Amino acid sequence: MELFDNLALGFGVAFTFQNLIYAFIGCLLGTLIGVLPGVGPVATIAMLLPATYALPPVAALIMLAGIYYGAQYGGSTTAILVNLPGEASSVVTMIDGYQMARKGRAGPALAAAGLGSFFAGCVGTLILAAFAGPLTEVAFKFGPAEYFSLMILGLIGAVVLASGSLIKAVGMIVLGLLMGLIGTDVNSGVARFSFDIPELTDGVGFITIAMGVFGYGEIISNLSKPEEEREVFTAKVTGLMPTAEDFKNMVPAVLRGTFLGSALGILPGGGALLAAFAAYTIEKKTKLKPGEVPFGQGNIRGVASPESANNSASQTSFIPLLTLGIPPNAVMALMVGAMTIHNIQPGPQVMTSNPELFWGLIASMWIGNAMLIILNLPLIGIWIKLLTVPYRWLFPAIVLFCAIGVYSTNNNTWDIWMVAMFGVVGYTFIKLGMEPAPLLLGFILGPMMEENLRRAMLLSRGDWSVFVTRPLSAGLLAAAVLLLVIVALPSIKSKREEAFVEE
Amino acid sequence: MNIKSQKDFFSGLFYTVAGSAFAYGATNYTVGTGARMGPGYFPLLLGILLALIGAFVMFKALTVETQDGDKIGSWAWKPLLFIISGNVLFGILLGGLPSLGVPAMGLIAAILGTTLVVSLAGDTFKLKEVLVLATILSIGSYGAFVLLLKLQFPVWPTFITG
Repeated sequence: MELFDNLALGFGVAFTFQNLIYAFIGCLLGTLIGVLPGVGPVATIAMLLPATYALPPVAALIMLAGIYYGAQYGGSTTAILVNLPGEASSVVTMIDGYQMARKGRAGPALAAAGLGSFFAGCVGTLILAAFAGPLTEVAFKFGPAEYFSLMILGLIGAVVLASGSLIKAVGMIVLGLLMGLIGTDVNSGVARFSFDIPELTDGVGFITIAMGVFGYGEIISNLSKPEEEREVFTAKVTGLMPTAEDFKNMVPAVLRGTFLGSALGILPGGGALLAAFAAYTIEKKTKLKPGEVPFGQGNIRGVASPESANNSASQTSFIPLLTLGIPPNAVMALMVGAMTIHNIQPGPQVMTSNPELFWGLIASMWIGNAMLIILNLPLIGIWIKLLTVPYRWLFPAIVLFCAIGVYSTNNNTWDIWMVAMFGVVGYTFIKLGMEPAPLLLGFILGPMMEENLRRAMLLSRGDWSVFVTRPLSAGLLAAAVLLLVIVALPSIKSKREEAFVEE
Repeated sequence: MNIKSQKDFFSGLFYTVAGSAFAYGATNYTVGTGARMGPGYFPLLLGILLALIGAFVMFKALTVETQDGDKIGSWAWKPLLFIISGNVLFGILLGGLPSLGVPAMGLIAAILGTTLVVSLAGDTFKLKEVLVLATILSIGSYGAFVLLLKLQFPVWPTFITG
């Protein structure tokens, strides 16, 4: 079996001492930021990107990936014990998890989340390994027209599935695409929108955008809300083991969550947040057994299913990135940046040109999940302590690390002025209800889209119909249109709005 | 005319202004034809699209009723001011401003200054606590970034190290 050979290669890479260390650092940091409310994986990965310059590419990617899926584990701890979403994707875990903690069952809730996540993570990693090969084959059949259509589908999918106001999100994408075009045009060498500032001819650094908008923007917005009273159930975590009855309820919920999460993770715009929401909705729809606790009052299924879903989705969302080179969400957009820093062009050729990177990353995810279950269950006490750290000590540190990170990308103070500007812009976005994630996706895809559009049009000699006459491309565009139509249907529209109100 | 959704109206306005600016800027470059696109083609297309999206969002904001008028609400000037100026101060202290003759003070001074200013953004400010935090952060950063990761920073003021 080729798959096993590949996995063996991957484990060989992942089990080197250095890579194990970086996987551990990634998982540790991921859990840390997952536990701390108000710090997300996007800002953290952006902060740490410059620090990975010195590392070999495999180690860098292993660490950054660990932050993303580690955050899914850590987020549940805060949701259950403090009733705050440590991570956006743990919002639904709060509903039943916190109620369980109030009834003195914080231990089983944490165990359900941890074990569910572990199982889901393993399955997600296997799916990633199994699907990557065949999808890569398909990707090699893609010409520029197909890539352009695929990006359209990806961007449309991202806003349809994952955002509130559709038209405003599309606006953010277009704005992101435009900002991605700032800098020297590769075909003609003309510096576009650079206002004769030498630093701008290299384009706007996406780290400055990510940190300004996601880091500073969020901090300012957090500080404008009054500090909430936190009730931490520290003393009450006794006995982690769920009862036999709990297990009976948990297992099917974990399976459903894992399956749903894996499927939604692959979709453009999918990922952890969406998966958790969908899983909870489905659990709520299934019938309660006689004597079972109703949802919203501490049902263990309401913890197990969404936590499994967000973790499996965070693994499978690597599939479009690694096979097609198209990031399905903002975190993956940062991973594209990380790969480009290390001179790796994301796309189907990664698997053949850098097999040790590709399979090493996949194998490391399994190891990472094993580390996380140890970090999060037996060592839960440490994380609970951390929850008592007040925000007023955290945010100066975050601002400082952002500033240091931004400076060290180019050893240039110019980037610090830029991040200040994007901080103001980011806060404005939050105030106006404009979502920043589509902007980042557009920004990453902007130059790629232009390049593929140009090539496709050059090959077709200026005939726009090329996008609909090539069957693959036409299919992708049709799927994009279909998505838009479905969302615009009145019955779906009202349901969708309901779902985002709950958020 | 009444604005039915303040948030949407201003985001629409933002899109239209940004889109028009990009589209106008794009006309300065060669636009070219479909088969041979110049550097101005794609930005012009997107700029117009963004301006149209903005116009649509504004139109909706003026016509579709919302429950509470979608008010933008008050701006958090204090956090905004201190976070952003703390960040700018970091740049000035670290790298200096050669054009104004401000010397580079180095990493440690920058960390201390930034932590002090940024901490003012919060609700409570206790000088002693902030000083302890700043000291921990500067020692930690020196260890992690300079010693461990070997990133290149001017650590001390230039007039000391020369």
